[in-house]
Amino acid sequence: MMEHEIMNQITGFVFPNEIHVHWTVMIVMYPYITGLVAGAFIVSSLYHLFGKESLKPIARFALVSSLVFLVFAPMPLLLHLGIPERAFNIMITPSGTSAMAGFGIVYLTYMIIVVIEVWFSLRADIVKRALESKGVKRFFYRALALFDLSLDDRTNALDHKVVKFFAALGIPVACFLHGYVGFLFGSIKANPWWSTPLMFIIFLLSAIVSGIAVLIFLFFVISWVRRVTVDRDVIKTLAGFLWGFMIIDVTLEIMEVLSVAYEQTEAWQTIEILIRDKLFVTYVVIQLLLCSLVPFLFLGVNSVLRLRAKMSNFLVFSSSVLLLIQVLAMRWNVVIGGQLMSKSFRGYTSYTPGIWEKEGLILAFVIFTVPFLLLRMVDGIVPLFPPDSALGRWTLEHRT
Amino acid sequence: MKKREEARLIHDADSIASITGRRAFLKAGAAGAAGILFTFKLQDLLGKEGAAYDPKGHWWGFMVDLTKCIGCGACVRACKAENNVPDGYFRTWVERYTFLEGGDVKVDSPDGAFNGFSSDPPYDPNLIEKSFFVPKLCNHCAKAPCVQVCPVGASYISEDGVVLVDHKHCIGCGYCIQACPYGSRFLSPEGYADKCTLCYHRITKGLDTACVQACPVGARAFGNLDDPDSSIRKMLGKSRYGVLKADLGTEPKCYYIGLDQEVR
Repeated sequence: MMEHEIMNQITGFVFPNEIHVHWTVMIVMYPYITGLVAGAFIVSSLYHLFGKESLKPIARFALVSSLVFLVFAPMPLLLHLGIPERAFNIMITPSGTSAMAGFGIVYLTYMIIVVIEVWFSLRADIVKRALESKGVKRFFYRALALFDLSLDDRTNALDHKVVKFFAALGIPVACFLHGYVGFLFGSIKANPWWSTPLMFIIFLLSAIVSGIAVLIFLFFVISWVRRVTVDRDVIKTLAGFLWGFMIIDVTLEIMEVLSVAYEQTEAWQTIEILIRDKLFVTYVVIQLLLCSLVPFLFLGVNSVLRLRAKMSNFLVFSSSVLLLIQVLAMRWNVVIGGQLMSKSFRGYTSYTPGIWEKEGLILAFVIFTVPFLLLRMVDGIVPLFPPDSALGRWTLEHRT
Repeated sequence: MKKREEARLIHDADSIASITGRRAFLKAGAAGAAGILFTFKLQDLLGKEGAAYDPKGHWWGFMVDLTKCIGCGACVRACKAENNVPDGYFRTWVERYTFLEGGDVKVDSPDGAFNGFSSDPPYDPNLIEKSFFVPKLCNHCAKAPCVQVCPVGASYISEDGVVLVDHKHCIGCGYCIQACPYGSRFLSPEGYADKCTLCYHRITKGLDTACVQACPVGARAFGNLDDPDSSIRKMLGKSRYGVLKADLGTEPKCYYIGLDQEVR
C-alpha cells in the first residue's frame, strides 16, 4: 500500500514509527501452517498411540501431512525476514532470554521426531515396492529403505514399536511447538491485544481444530476425486473430535475477550474499538459468527441426529472448510489486529496485503498450496492409505 | 557476554567502534585475524580521543523538561542529519498534546515534527484548554523488552546502559519492534532494526547528543546517572518527574519533568 493511502486510513494518533505494519500476511501464514502440523500429528497419534481403530485409514496420511506442512512452515518466516541470509544466526547465536530463539531447537526436535516416525511407518511399504521394482526404480526404493530390505513379523513388530514410541514423544513436542508460537505473541506485554497467558492455549487448541479440519477436507476431496465412497467411520470419528475441540477453542477465544471487557481496563477502551471497527468483519463476522457458530450448529446436528450419509457429509465437509477459515481468520486477527492498534492507545493504522510483492498474497497462497502438491507426490511414491481401506484399494487398482 | 559485545563493537564499521579503546582491542583475539587488522586500522585513525572513554562508571540516562519544550523540531532535524535516519522513520520525534473543552485530548506529530508544528492548530482555538509538547526517543530501559526478545542477541544493553543494535548481526525479524512499548524502533530500508543510539559515537567522545545540542531552550539533557555530581543527577534531584508506562516494569531511563498522565 502506498504511503499516502495508509496515511489517509489512519485514525487518531499513532506513533510515527507505527505507520507501517511490520508483521505481514507471512506472519499470519506461519502460525497457520504450524497449526496444521501440530493438529495433523495429533490425529495420527490418536490411532498410533491411543489405538483409535476407526482412524486407521487416515493415520499415516495425517502423519505425512504433518511432515509436509512442517517442511514449509519456515518459508513464510524466511520471506518475512529483513535480512534472510542471516536466518541461521537464530541457530548459531541464540539469545537465552528470547522466546523466539527457541525456534531452531523446537523446530529441529520436532522435525527429527516426525521424520523418524514417518520413515518407520512407511518402511514396510517402501521395502515391498523395492522388492517389486527393477532398475533405477529399485535402486531408488532401496535407497529410501536405507538399503535394508528385511521384512518379516519381527521387523514389522519393531516398526510398530518405534512408531508408537515417537507418536508418544511427538505429542508433547507438537503441543510445545504450537503452544510456543502462541507464547511468542502472548508474552509481548507492550501489546494488550496479545498479552495474555491464554494465548498459547488458544493457539494450541486452534491448531488441533485446523489440523482435524484439513484432514477431513482432504479426505473428502481425495475420495471424491478418486470416486471412492467416503469412509463414514473415519468422518464420524473426526467430526466428533472436531466438534469437541472447536467448542473448547472458541469458548476460550470468547472468554479471553470477555474477561478483558469485563475488567474495563484502560486497554479495553482501545481493544473495543479494534473489535467494533477495525476487525469487525474478520473477527466478529468471519471468525465468530460465520465460521464458529455455523460449524458448531452443523457438527452438533451431525453428532446428535441420525442423518443420511449425504446430509451428514455435507454438514461435516462444510464445517471443515468453515473451521479452516475460522483458524486463518483467528491468526489474521491476532497478528494483524495487534499491530493495527497504536501503542499510544490513541489510534489505529491500516494494513492491506500486497498482491505480487515478497510478502504478498500470491506468494502466501503458493506457500500454502505447495504442501498439498507434495503430499500428492508422496502418495505416488509410497501409498499413504492402508490397502484394507477404500482409498488404499483404489491406489492398488490404479498403480501403473 | 561482555567480550562478545566488545568484539561486536569493534567489527562495526560505524564510528561507534571507536569507543571501546585499547582494552577491547586486546580482548578481541577471539574475533579473528581479519577483525584484529581492521581494529588496528581503526585505532590508528581514531587517535587518543576514543581511548580516553571508559564505559565503566557510566550509566547513561536522559531527561526532558516538558515545561521548556516549544515544539520547534530542531532536535528531530538534528537527529536525522547526524544519524542519517531514513525518511518516514524517527529516532526521535515530538508530539503535541491538545486538551479540548469537554475532556477530549488530541495528539499529533506531523512528520514527527521534523518541521515543527504549524501555529495554525487543526482544532477550533476557542475550544483549546491547554497544550504542550512531548519529545520522544528510545527510553534506554534498564530492563529493555526489545533486548529480551531479540532472538540472536543483536539488540543489547551496553555496559554503560545504552540500548544498541548490532546492524551486522540483526536478522530483521521485527520482534523487538513489537516488544517496544514506546514505538521507538523501526525496520530500516536495509532490513535491520534501528533506533536511537543516544548518539553513542558522540557521547563517548565527550560530546552532547545531536538533539541535546540542537535544542534552543535546554529542554533536553543527558548524563551519567552513576555520577552524583552530573548535571542530570542534580536536576533530577530537585525535580518531580515521571517515566513512560512505568507499570510495564521496563525501568525507562528517560525521565520527564512535568509529565502529564495523558502522555503514554
